[in-house]
Amino acid sequence: MSPEPAPGAVGASRPRIEGPLKVTGAARYAADVPLPDLAHGWMVTATTSRGRVRDVDASTALAMPGVLGVLDHRNAPRLDQGAGNYFGPDGSLQLLQHEVIPYAGWPVALVVAETPEQARAAAAALRVTCDAEPHDLDLGLEHPAARPASTAFGPEADTGDLDAELAASAVVVEERYRTPEESHCAVEPHAATVWWDSGDLYAVDSNQGAFSVSEVLAALWSIDRERVHVRSEHVGGGFGGKGACGPPVILGSLASRRFGRPVRIVMTRAQVFETTSSRPPTDQLLTIGADADGRLRAVRHRAAYALSPLAEYIEACTEQTKVLYAAPAIRTQLVAVPLDVLPPASMRGPGATPGSFALESAIDEVAERLDLDPVELRLRNQPAVGPVSGLPFSTRRLVACLREGARRFGWAARDRRPRSRREGALLIGSGVATTSFGAGVFPSTASITAETDGTFTVSVGASDIGTGARTALTAVAADSLGVGTEKIRIRIGDSDLGAAWGAGGSRGTTSWSFAITEAAKKLRENPGDPAGPVTATVDTTTMIDFRPGGERQTFSAVFAEVAVDPATGEVRVRRLLGLFAVGRVINPLLARSQVVGGMVMGLSMALHEESVRDARTGRLVNGDFAGYHIASHADVPDVEADFVPDYEPQDPSGFNGLGEIGTAGTAAAIANAVWHATGTRHRVLPVRLDRVLEPGRAAVREP
Amino acid sequence: MIDHTRTDVSLRVNEAFHRLSVDNRRTLLDLLREDLGLTGPKKGCDHGQCGACTVLCDDRRVLSCLTLAVAADATAVTTVEGLAAEGELRPIQEAFVRLDGFQCGFCTPGQICSAVGMLAEHAAGWPSAVTAGDAPDRVPELDETEVRERMSGNLCRCGAYPSIVRAVLETAARQGGAA
Repeated sequence: MSPEPAPGAVGASRPRIEGPLKVTGAARYAADVPLPDLAHGWMVTATTSRGRVRDVDASTALAMPGVLGVLDHRNAPRLDQGAGNYFGPDGSLQLLQHEVIPYAGWPVALVVAETPEQARAAAAALRVTCDAEPHDLDLGLEHPAARPASTAFGPEADTGDLDAELAASAVVVEERYRTPEESHCAVEPHAATVWWDSGDLYAVDSNQGAFSVSEVLAALWSIDRERVHVRSEHVGGGFGGKGACGPPVILGSLASRRFGRPVRIVMTRAQVFETTSSRPPTDQLLTIGADADGRLRAVRHRAAYALSPLAEYIEACTEQTKVLYAAPAIRTQLVAVPLDVLPPASMRGPGATPGSFALESAIDEVAERLDLDPVELRLRNQPAVGPVSGLPFSTRRLVACLREGARRFGWAARDRRPRSRREGALLIGSGVATTSFGAGVFPSTASITAETDGTFTVSVGASDIGTGARTALTAVAADSLGVGTEKIRIRIGDSDLGAAWGAGGSRGTTSWSFAITEAAKKLRENPGDPAGPVTATVDTTTMIDFRPGGERQTFSAVFAEVAVDPATGEVRVRRLLGLFAVGRVINPLLARSQVVGGMVMGLSMALHEESVRDARTGRLVNGDFAGYHIASHADVPDVEADFVPDYEPQDPSGFNGLGEIGTAGTAAAIANAVWHATGTRHRVLPVRLDRVLEPGRAAVREP
Repeated sequence: MIDHTRTDVSLRVNEAFHRLSVDNRRTLLDLLREDLGLTGPKKGCDHGQCGACTVLCDDRRVLSCLTLAVAADATAVTTVEGLAAEGELRPIQEAFVRLDGFQCGFCTPGQICSAVGMLAEHAAGWPSAVTAGDAPDRVPELDETEVRERMSGNLCRCGAYPSIVRAVLETAARQGGAA
């Protein structure tokens, strides 16, 4: 188990370093930086889901006060078409480059004016005419365009004789689960302030990785990456929705180039909903066979997700099926369906979150059919090694999460029969779900300068989108240099600080920490001339073992209690408890905040969130915070979260990521609790009031 | 010639007096951010749905994105920048930092202004939708349910709600109601 770490900054709760700036309004975000001679851009977006722009008539707009000009696909500067993202070329970066409309919300023009009011008014006066073509937004496993998903994250599972194991099973559960399109909803809308100076491109941008945005901008403009300078000191949330090089910084670079002025573009909330990205809808089929004593014999997980033809994307719904349970036969089949949708992007716990809803609901259904306790069923099917990979787990503290969570929740007192508990008119139920989420590191660069006054300047291209990275990395640097945190000055959020992974994949803090600890080691080995400042820089690219001999995963167990009002269909979450095994925890105060926040997002997913589209036009009908409900204060109980002792041997400091796992297991735990309360299984998210009131109408094909 | 698209307004912001000519379309939020450089108040939705723009107008909480600048003429506005003296934190601000009542920090200026206004409303005996009784003749007890109800106009996507509620309740208990 865990080596006993030396006492130091890591492991201690400390408030956020930038906290005083954030509570006094002094922290500046992308739309907050003052700049002389600033012009304001306003996006105009397509209202058809597929088609072509026939004409953009700017005559009225151009005559309006303060208008500097209008950019569209006919007059915008040209961008390189090869630019891409993590998965390869990305057509969604090609803004104002052609007349094709790939989805409703696609930017078709940009109005630039002296003030935001003038730009908005002129944008409203722009007359855009389009030729609409038939669109298809109807996701389903059987869609004729379905094709195997990319296996860039690993091969499909196909172990054992699935048919024979199912035939030999005492019970077989086969059910279909659907999750809707969802929106990231960071409260900060995507925004960028952009300018050119002497051929160099400068941007203050709201994103999750300034370095990767600078790489994409350099590719789009065919200039050296060193000539692109992206700063993102404070970012108002991302959740995956700001992982890419977003429309504001691309359009801002076009407009600034065209008009020779700094340009700021702040997307409206409606534009964030319709133009940025989404968690794609999923359609999943789980087939699980088990013996009468609850031993699983076979698990088959088929899943389909929507994506845009503009770019490759993987919603890895089936990953946990390869990790969570031992079974002689496991088969996964993940398919992608290209549709005329808003291009998807990772959203907090991509794949795992919708996938967990399906898998952990189905496991609960097996327990129901066998009349077994769902915690006990899970305990009976824990694998000794990776059930598909055959590799050992470098650490797997899931059983500890389950047992400790069950103890704190008072699970033993639960009557497992549905509809067995009432309080007045309310039906009370409880549910559980477990989760795994992959962990690891990506290449990053860090520099540490030993200053002559005994302090250290630590520079790493990290992003703090609310994760607490600035504070966590300060602790990591302090311990690896053997000094107190007061000696550390940390610089992040700037592409000029060198190559670094962004805040994503639950791999930001581990990746940056690895680079910092290696740079500290190098500095201590080569202290240099004590009279002057000494700098050590390390790039971890060649140090990372991308094919380790063990599965590296984080784990959780989430317990929920709900009260359902059978008269109104209202579901209230009364208790939410999560136990997490995420390696060694750097800062328990901030780590708890992050997993609690993840669980709040999972609660929101379970009960509130869905992007609703008009079948006729394909447009979002609820693209604002009045129509797309995210959990508010009144929806959220006092969420409890804690960590079981854990240490990740594959990491030099024992760390794993924890940014996403909080979200992944929560929706299933809540849906299972709703079943326990009401006796009705909800296989379509969200568990809406009308679906609770009229469960018979919650058909699996319902949009 | 009279410009009918602009109006002169006078207002006090964080104890400083300002007289400006504003575009009639300008909101109070944009006046604060664009004209005065006070970027603490945030534009999260511009529709009064998220609460990130909350400021205090004559000590009452107001959504500055739904307030036209011309309608704020002759008011005294307090933004998050004006809640505490230079270099000091007000108790509610200190509690937010210590109890980690935020993550990304974007909704935080609105949450804090809202909390200050909400605690004053509560101290004045205002009931909320969850207050028992139709017309209480006493100050309702401030518990978690009351705080959640009264703060629900301020969205936080990072999900810091439990810590925010703790920070508000602790501040209320320590200050006897004033934040």
